[in-house]
Amino acid sequence: MKNRLKVLRAERDWSQQDLAQRLEVSRQSVNAIETGKYDPSLPLAFRIADVFGLAIEAIFLRD
Amino acid sequence: MAWPRSTRRYTVRLGVSMTLYVVTLVAGVYLVNQRHVSGPILWPLALLPGLAIVGAFYAIGMLIVETTDEFLRMLLVRQVLYATVIALSAATIWGFLENFALVPHIPAFYWAIAWFAGFGIGGFINRLTLGASGQC
Repeated sequence: MKNRLKVLRAERDWSQQDLAQRLEVSRQSVNAIETGKYDPSLPLAFRIADVFGLAIEAIFLRD
Repeated sequence: MAWPRSTRRYTVRLGVSMTLYVVTLVAGVYLVNQRHVSGPILWPLALLPGLAIVGAFYAIGMLIVETTDEFLRMLLVRQVLYATVIALSAATIWGFLENFALVPHIPAFYWAIAWFAGFGIGGFINRLTLGASGQC
């Protein structure tokens, strides 16, 4: 699944570690999601949406 | 960054298991070879090192249970699956080869070693395919 995590992170000038801390996950997790190697669970996707203040479909896109 | 609580607990559990393994194995070998212990006391002497290794399996199982990061938990589960497939496949194939007297007999505890080798291979495959090897 494609996502806009990297762009959204860059807009806020957050490092992967910054986002990981906000989400309470590892930096490895953020990297895996960002690079499309791992699709997060629905609860984590909602947490990501909350952190960015956006709807899930504004972050994750259909392939 | 500090280790997560789950990783710290895993390290302690694994450390305790491995320490017990070494102590019980050395003590058992010493008592049998030097003190010529025999009879029913051999049962606990033989069981204790094996149970210590079971402690290592328990530590890995609890790490899966206690890891809150879902991606790291998935990496661990994949590692365990690779380890299980590799160890069971090797044990099955070796067993049939042994049955036809094509290879020598090896003690069954070596399959635990094969499992841990598979666990390491699983971590390597995770690194290659997902770019991360997880916590252990």
